[in-house]
Amino acid sequence: MIEYKDVVKEYPNGVVATNHISLRIDQGEFVYVIGPSGAGKSTFVKMMYHQEVPTSGQIKVNEYELESMKNSEVPYLRRELGIVFQDFKLLPRLTIFENIAYALQVIEKEPAEVQKRVTKVLDLVGLADKADNFPNELSGGEQQRIAIARAIANKPSILIADEPTGNLDPETSEGIMDILEKINKDGTTIVMATHNSLLVDEYKHRVIEIEDGKIVRDQEGGQYLNESSND
Amino acid sequence: MKAVTIKRHLRESFKSLKRNGWMSIAAVSAVTVTLLLVGILLSILLNINKVATDVENDVQVRVIIDRGTTKKQEAKLKKQLQKISGVKSIEFSSKQKELKNVVSVYGNEFKLFQGDDNPLSDVYVVSATSPEKTIKVAKKAKKLKHVSDAKYGGASAKKLFKVVASIQRWGVTISILLLFVAVFLISNTIRITIMSRKNEIAIMRLVGATNSYIRWPFILEGAWTGLLGAILPLIVVDALYIWLYGVLSESLAGTSYSLLTPGTFLWEIDLLLAAIGIVIGAIGSGLSMSRFLKI
Repeated sequence: MIEYKDVVKEYPNGVVATNHISLRIDQGEFVYVIGPSGAGKSTFVKMMYHQEVPTSGQIKVNEYELESMKNSEVPYLRRELGIVFQDFKLLPRLTIFENIAYALQVIEKEPAEVQKRVTKVLDLVGLADKADNFPNELSGGEQQRIAIARAIANKPSILIADEPTGNLDPETSEGIMDILEKINKDGTTIVMATHNSLLVDEYKHRVIEIEDGKIVRDQEGGQYLNESSND
Repeated sequence: MKAVTIKRHLRESFKSLKRNGWMSIAAVSAVTVTLLLVGILLSILLNINKVATDVENDVQVRVIIDRGTTKKQEAKLKKQLQKISGVKSIEFSSKQKELKNVVSVYGNEFKLFQGDDNPLSDVYVVSATSPEKTIKVAKKAKKLKHVSDAKYGGASAKKLFKVVASIQRWGVTISILLLFVAVFLISNTIRITIMSRKNEIAIMRLVGATNSYIRWPFILEGAWTGLLGAILPLIVVDALYIWLYGVLSESLAGTSYSLLTPGTFLWEIDLLLAAIGIVIGAIGSGLSMSRFLKI
């Protein structure tokens, strides 16, 4: 569950990235966050995992009150979240298996548990045969699937994807979407910031459109372009 | 902390030390130079302190007898000295023996004064029961007949302590400055390490590794740097001290003053230097981390 109440984020240089945003995303939802570059999408998403802190207003993610959160609590919030980026952020010196295992090791999971979880998520993203390869031996789409595998390895309740298909061709992007759909079907909430109109129109979900730091549309099963305003 | 985690931190810290090659060597050298100077300063300071304390605790009063005093008069003087309260024991040192001491300290040239040319006087070496009593004993002894002077070490102790205090102040100031430089150099080295591992740190933070988990390998790396840097200073300070102790002890022989014996003293100073190395290493790297662990 994610809840924003009257959230304002103003940067020190005076730019207001989110301007009194309120919304609620329930457990198990699949939500697109769309809008032009610089509209505040990224800030909106970053506040979810406490990468950015709101200037005013309240943000609740699961049981965590983010606006009053102590720094020492942040790691525990993030263990309930999976985060995927446009640029994958895999470690080049580690194999695929090690990359995923790494995320579990640094939160001190038992070795047996790590082994089990990594095998499972590699199966889920269909790349079990690439376990011993290095990231640079994989295509962009495959790397992103590994990044997703890493994000869900710790069974997060929410998966946050910031432009996950931004660097990928349409076909590969569909492959990524199929995996996200699968994860969502298992009950994981998915919040995906994207520019990809094809995907938004093909895989129908709730659409939240942000412009100039404000939510201008919040529509279940909406299209990428706002038909009502185009009339 | 789990055993797996400790193993992992240790492995990571060694790997990083190796990966940073020349930078690690630079940081180790900084610690080496610092600890070498601190070690030498410390040895000198502690020994000056020891000697000053020896002087202060010196209970001997040297009662110098007028030249030409007869044996009989000397025996009478001894009895009078024994009556002074606070006197523990009295030892006679003839002027021939006094000259021998001078020769042993200042060299054979003084052998010229042997026999009738001996300008020295017979001396009663009076030991007081406690350092505080020495002054009283000396004052009283001085008033006695046939006594030309009564000297005690305590007087020079006051002057000595002033000198020691100023040496200590300077020594401590210099040591602290050096330690700061070492901390700065180590933190800079570790900062470069951190830069090269920025991605790893970012990922650790995103998947929910705690700050202390992220920090540990770096702190350990700093501690190794400090420990490695301490090796050379330990060897040099030990060797130098053992050599100097041999040389200086000879000239101090016969006095009631002595240097700290190498056996226990070197152990203490070795442990101290190693500990300082480890601590400044860990602090240096801990400091450079903090910037990367903010949200």
